[in-house]
Amino acid sequence: MKRGAKTTVADRARWRTTLLLGAFALGAVALEGRILYLQLVNKAFLTEQANDRHLRTVQISAHRGTLTDRYGEPLAVSTPVDTVWANPQELKPALARLPELAAVLDQDTEWLERRITSNLDREFVFLQRHLRPAKAEQVMQLGLPGVGTVREYQRFYPAGEVTGHIVGFTNVDDRGQEGLEAAFDHWLKGENGSKRVLQDRLGHVIGDVELLSHARPGKDLRTSIDLRIQYLAYRELKRAVTDSRARSGSVVVLDPNTGEVLAMVNQPSYNPNDRSQYHAEQYRNRAATDIFEPGSSFKPLVLAAALEGGSFGPRTMIDTSPGSLSINNRKITEDEHNLGRIDLTTVLALSSNVGAARVGLTMEPQTIWKTLTGFGIGRLSDSTYPGESAGVLNDPQHWRTIGQATLSYGYGVAVTALQLARAYGAIAANGLLRPVSMLAVDEAPAGERVISANTAQELVGMLEAVVAPNGTGKRAAVRNFHIAGKTGTTQKSGVGGYSAERHGAIFAGIAPASAPRLVVVVMIDEPQSQAYYGGDVAAPVFANIVSGALRVMAVPPDALPAPALTVLAQAQVRP
Amino acid sequence: MSLANLEWGRTTGAGRWRPLGGLVVDVPLIVLLCLTAGVGGVVLYSALGADMGLLMRQGMRFGLGLAAFFVLSQVPPRYLRIFTPWVFFLGLALLLVVMVEGEIGKGAQRWLDLGVVRFQPSEILKLAAPMMVAWFMHERRLPPTFMQTVAMVLIVTVPAFLIAEQPDLGTALLVIASGGLTILLAGISVWVMVAVAIAGLCAAPVLWHFMHDYQRARVFVFLNPESDPLGTGYNTIQAKIAIGSGGLFGKGWLNGTQAHLEFLPERSTDFIFAVMGEEFGLLGLLVLVVLYLAIVGRGLYIALQAQDTFTRLLAGALSLTFFFYVFVNAGMVSGLMPMVGVPLPLVSAGGTSMVTLMAGFGMLASIHGHRKLMAP
Repeated sequence: MKRGAKTTVADRARWRTTLLLGAFALGAVALEGRILYLQLVNKAFLTEQANDRHLRTVQISAHRGTLTDRYGEPLAVSTPVDTVWANPQELKPALARLPELAAVLDQDTEWLERRITSNLDREFVFLQRHLRPAKAEQVMQLGLPGVGTVREYQRFYPAGEVTGHIVGFTNVDDRGQEGLEAAFDHWLKGENGSKRVLQDRLGHVIGDVELLSHARPGKDLRTSIDLRIQYLAYRELKRAVTDSRARSGSVVVLDPNTGEVLAMVNQPSYNPNDRSQYHAEQYRNRAATDIFEPGSSFKPLVLAAALEGGSFGPRTMIDTSPGSLSINNRKITEDEHNLGRIDLTTVLALSSNVGAARVGLTMEPQTIWKTLTGFGIGRLSDSTYPGESAGVLNDPQHWRTIGQATLSYGYGVAVTALQLARAYGAIAANGLLRPVSMLAVDEAPAGERVISANTAQELVGMLEAVVAPNGTGKRAAVRNFHIAGKTGTTQKSGVGGYSAERHGAIFAGIAPASAPRLVVVVMIDEPQSQAYYGGDVAAPVFANIVSGALRVMAVPPDALPAPALTVLAQAQVRP
Repeated sequence: MSLANLEWGRTTGAGRWRPLGGLVVDVPLIVLLCLTAGVGGVVLYSALGADMGLLMRQGMRFGLGLAAFFVLSQVPPRYLRIFTPWVFFLGLALLLVVMVEGEIGKGAQRWLDLGVVRFQPSEILKLAAPMMVAWFMHERRLPPTFMQTVAMVLIVTVPAFLIAEQPDLGTALLVIASGGLTILLAGISVWVMVAVAIAGLCAAPVLWHFMHDYQRARVFVFLNPESDPLGTGYNTIQAKIAIGSGGLFGKGWLNGTQAHLEFLPERSTDFIFAVMGEEFGLLGLLVLVVLYLAIVGRGLYIALQAQDTFTRLLAGALSLTFFFYVFVNAGMVSGLMPMVGVPLPLVSAGGTSMVTLMAGFGMLASIHGHRKLMAP
């Protein structure tokens, strides 16, 4: 009995020990099972989780191509900048250190805090874009969790407001928004690459793991602009617009032999480097987007059709008496007074509306239309400039007689400064209309023939008379050069018909007339000065631009006065 | 037995030789401990960010532990038993001192600054509690009576309560574990076990009531770590990812992304098991666990060979407690258990726990080395 009980006690003890050891063995098995589960069964998922935590694909920003003028002077360049971003969820625990960050970023602490706390459901917010790299380095040295930088490129425009309209600008994401930046965005922008990087818990990039795709930098673009002429045109236009208190103004300078735009400026302008204050009207490249009635500056184009017809020549006499012309109860009048019987050259030189209308009315509408269309009126130029206007030229079937008459002196038709320059370019280039190019052209395009070379030369000769001392465009004359051109002074139409107060002052011209190198169109809108005639407001701008441009282009004078004998003598004495 | 042995050691009685002139040297235990610490050192070097200086400090701690091991190896179990009550009550007194004016480290009042060294008195109790239980049962008949069981439970719970108040739940748990295992080894009736289990279940809501918020959060997070991935669940998730992504052979030494990119928290201390798993994979963890099991096996063998109640209980309790440490830490890191701040023995960086642990193994060696030769 006693012996039996003792055995029971010993058995119990052994049983308990076994139970205890068994429990521990079970623990060991459970642990091993757990490890096996994690490392064999769950490996793929957990490895992915690990990769999600420390691997990140980041963008390598591509360098945007540089825009230059025709001689390589930079118009738009990209410089590296750093953008500071944050992961609000990770930065939240360090909110107390925000003042340090705010001090470096030069921002309001409260703004930063709101930015973080109101975006807690997101993992990425920009804190500040486009910082100087040195500044970004300071930010990183703060060692804040969840704050990082990313390399981007920012555009700078060395010529500022002078080239603002042509070049346009990019948005904060480096995409072209206006001007050539928008027109040639696909060429300039390049392709962002990407790489996989190793990041630590704070989101700081530790190192590169692999390159996924190379960043392909954007290609450079050489524009047709001559920055020197651009500066010159801008200065002269700005001065004229300021002096005449005009609403706006545009100048286009073309090379008629290639179709290249050497300069294109507008007033008012803007500085693309600082667009903090956006006024839509400053941003318009009026030379390409705004249309106006060309007035008298349109006469040469209609006369070209008449000359081309063969019934007219520069000396053909036109009777403009009595200084007015009535058609269907509508009266066409001269700007000044009755000019009497004058030849076609004088019609241009003194800008006779009646004379132009009489010539215009001798032709079939279709004939005029064909020539005008050939000059590019009512057609987009090939500048590819975004937002360019095609102007207005009505279908000849709908022209009434009065319409055809007023069209002959530039009303009832609308052009852009660029279009007008292109048309004058065809006159300058012996009748060949060349496509307008904003890019430098290596080889001059052939162009389409609008009028015969003979007609073109006759027209240039007639236009020289405009700039002669007794012509309306005498203030467009440039010393030592033959200049051809035409003034235009228009009444602007608006609510209630044409206004006697609001004018457009235009001058379109060719220099030098003997061997044209430049076509310049000056358009000044609503000058408020006493003088508002194209010959008074626009012609001097033309003269200043042309004389400067011919000098920088080293164009030899074609109208030097005969040298004095003493000078010749001195020249021969010289060794 | 052999002449070769005679030359550098002393063979006694029935052919048991003692190297180094009669000193107790438990070769299997030393080899296993050094191997484990060595493997641990390799992982720790990586976890410390390849900082040799920090690793050397850990080496010095292990050296200190080895010294404690050797000293205690030489103390015969008889003296251990005599000193037990002194050590136990000294530990209790120190706990009270800490409570009154201890130094606050990491939000809890655990440290006692002795000027030269800072140490946690609670560490003493990790050894003193099982020793005291063994001491209490030494002259008594097994299994204990009900009143004796109550006395033993008090021996364990009073210091555990003081430690839990610091608050240091992890160490309190370990003290309860080591003491409780001794009681279990002493043998209590099945009915008492059942009663304790029921009482424990009933006490759970009460315990819940007294728990700190962070401790409650740990329980919640254990049940569903993904509920708070950036907060309290962060550690569990990162550790699971570290171990799992290691796979069969690991990512290689010093190549653990979770560990080196700072995703893994406390990687040189409580979570070093995850670093091992990430860098050496299943293979590394198996090697480590096998080493631990071998140490436990050696300890249990010593317990079986022990000749009196005190040494048998103490050896068994120390061995099982050691395994309990490993299980709690590895279980916590791999998501098998809630978060408890328990270091991985012999591997985690840290001073006092290493010395305490090695002192415990020193007692094991002593129990084995001093047993009487005419053993049954």
